[in-house]
Amino acid sequence: MSHVLVIYTDDEPGVLTRVAMLFRRRGFNIHSLTVGPTERVHVSRMTVVVDTDEATARRAVEHLRKLVNVLEVQQLGHGRNVVRDLALLRVSTRQGRSEVLQLVQVFRANVVDIADDSVVIECTGSLGKIEALVDSLRPFGILELGRTGAVAMARGLRSEDSNRLAAVATVAPGSSGAMSV
Amino acid sequence: MDRTGAQIIWECLLREGVETVFGYPGGAILPTYDAMTEYPIRHVLVRHEQSAVHMADGFARASGRTGVVVATSGPGATNLVTGLATAMLDSIPLVAITGQVGSGLLGTDAFQEVDITGITLPITKHNYLVTRAQDIAPAIREAFAVASSGRPGPVLVDITKDAQQGRATLDWEGAAPTRHLRHIPPSPSQVDLDRALAMINAAQRPVILAGHGIQLSGARAEVLALAELAQIPFAETLLGLGAVPASHVLSLGMMGMHGESWVNQAIQEADLLIALGMRFDDRVTGRLKEYAPNALKIHVDIDASEINKLVPVDVPLGGDLKQVLQAMLPSVKAADHTPWLERIRSWRGDSAVRDIKNLPDDGHLYAAHVMHDLWKITKGEAVVVTDVGQHQMWEAQYYHHDGERSLITSGGAGTMGFALPAAIGAKLARPEAEVWVVAGDGGFQMTFAELMTAVQEGVKVNIAIINNGYLGMVRQWQALFYEGRYAATPILSPDFVKLAGAFGIHGERVEKRSDLEAAVARARQQPGTALIEFKVEQEDSVYPMVAAGAALHDMIRRPSPSPIAETGADPV
Repeated sequence: MSHVLVIYTDDEPGVLTRVAMLFRRRGFNIHSLTVGPTERVHVSRMTVVVDTDEATARRAVEHLRKLVNVLEVQQLGHGRNVVRDLALLRVSTRQGRSEVLQLVQVFRANVVDIADDSVVIECTGSLGKIEALVDSLRPFGILELGRTGAVAMARGLRSEDSNRLAAVATVAPGSSGAMSV
Repeated sequence: MDRTGAQIIWECLLREGVETVFGYPGGAILPTYDAMTEYPIRHVLVRHEQSAVHMADGFARASGRTGVVVATSGPGATNLVTGLATAMLDSIPLVAITGQVGSGLLGTDAFQEVDITGITLPITKHNYLVTRAQDIAPAIREAFAVASSGRPGPVLVDITKDAQQGRATLDWEGAAPTRHLRHIPPSPSQVDLDRALAMINAAQRPVILAGHGIQLSGARAEVLALAELAQIPFAETLLGLGAVPASHVLSLGMMGMHGESWVNQAIQEADLLIALGMRFDDRVTGRLKEYAPNALKIHVDIDASEINKLVPVDVPLGGDLKQVLQAMLPSVKAADHTPWLERIRSWRGDSAVRDIKNLPDDGHLYAAHVMHDLWKITKGEAVVVTDVGQHQMWEAQYYHHDGERSLITSGGAGTMGFALPAAIGAKLARPEAEVWVVAGDGGFQMTFAELMTAVQEGVKVNIAIINNGYLGMVRQWQALFYEGRYAATPILSPDFVKLAGAFGIHGERVEKRSDLEAAVARARQQPGTALIEFKVEQEDSVYPMVAAGAALHDMIRRPSPSPIAETGADPV
């Protein structure tokens, strides 16, 4: 069962190591992990998808909350999230460019580069959609595949709930200038 | 006022209330040592950095204050690792300050450069790499706050040489920490408190599991109030010994692998377990599937990640133990559990309780005799610092600790070599206390160089070496589970009396129980550190025992007939 955790952290060197080390050390299996900046300066946001049971996911949350660099952890409820993955695929067009381009349209993906005998396709969507696209294109020959892992957000949060998170995210993002390794 | 980074380090330590640090100098920490002489802080020079952490650890355990260690980069820093892991597993507040190569050399494999923040990441609560003088004060202040707040633990601050040499203004107020407040444990919900209270008020066969958290939270009075009001007996973990008084009428004794049989039986037959500041370690639960099968479970812990980790509980109460109990106590109903207490008493009476204390001295000296006699002679008032192994368990069984912080031992990590350095730290924290080291011949040989530290620092500890010529606990496992193949467990020792002489301290050897009392008296009278080697029965084992992975009620008992009988007598 996969669980989606959203983790707000200080934007400091080494924070990713701390989070990744925690998952390794406690034996939580990471399916994907993405990290990037947020609407707040000095605050990063990680989306971690873990394959585990509910109790273990909850324990992961409690362990994450012990890290000094972690401001807030949310465990997203099932079915109430927007979960998006980005994939770039280089696909051979030797077996017919038009068929490939048709599939791109069907999946509402984009062609971002065209070479003599291949195209680069960009696709954003749920994990299932991307896997379906990959499966559809496999017979043509996938020359290269890069995926980002999931970025997720809860659906239907009222603005005051979002503000609460924003308030959490402002709790002293590092009074210390020291690098937290 | 402009200061060097090195001065800022000491100024911060001073303002944090530090009076004593334990350390060892070296190249990358030299600027800091050079500045040390300007500050009224006592530095204890150790013989090995591992011992510096154990000393700071013993200091912290004896006093409740944060212990401080200073070491250099590279091997100086890596030598801290075992001590930091020991403190991490037992929730001991420490701040370790290490020197690091200059920031320009970081990542170049410079002389004595080691990535100590990387290495210690999983064995510290948090760590820092500081490369600028102006970042030192915020890092140190936050380190102290993190180490001592919530569930305590060790924090490491790695400071480059150029940061120590650079100059900055110390902005003490501006460096006030806040991030440690991010995860202050929430109080449990009223719903959960009410559920717990309903269970406590309805229980027929309740048992309190008393852990180290009682000590850390300062919740002894509240725990005793709960136990007395509702007449709930309490069993202690190894680190819970002394957190509640052993002589209390409701105290059952130690639980777990070498716990008393009636204690484990009470846990297995309880209808309610109230776990207070303990974490269901495998050494106290035995096989989890068969652990306390009839009991509802309430778990109070300041670390929410400990709740439901191994034992699923019915009511999770995440929060500070003292506050949680204060919230509950007004609603706890007075109860009378006489039938339950009588039943436990009957197990205690007829369950062939180990008791080797009253046997005539037949020429053999048993470690249990030594512990029991030491307990009587010191009136149970000493601070005992044990190493790890058989003697540690015998101490836990036969030295009955009433006082808080009176047993100092490496529980979670089981670190051999801990006792002597930790005892030196404990004595420095509590100079008025009588401090005894109880160590085996194996563990003592790991860190006995610290005898010279005790001499150089004028520290008096009394040392009881329980010498059975084996790495006894490992030998016991080999005897029980490896068909008696004693691979690498027979161990030779130096002549400990002569060794004491070489260090310039009092030393003697005891081989008969009748010589024990006088020898202990002589050691106590010595103005300085004194050592007694007790030559004990070589192949004695610790009983009862729950084999690793066995159910808690499935105990291995002392084979009978045996030169050491089990009787039903209560401790004298």
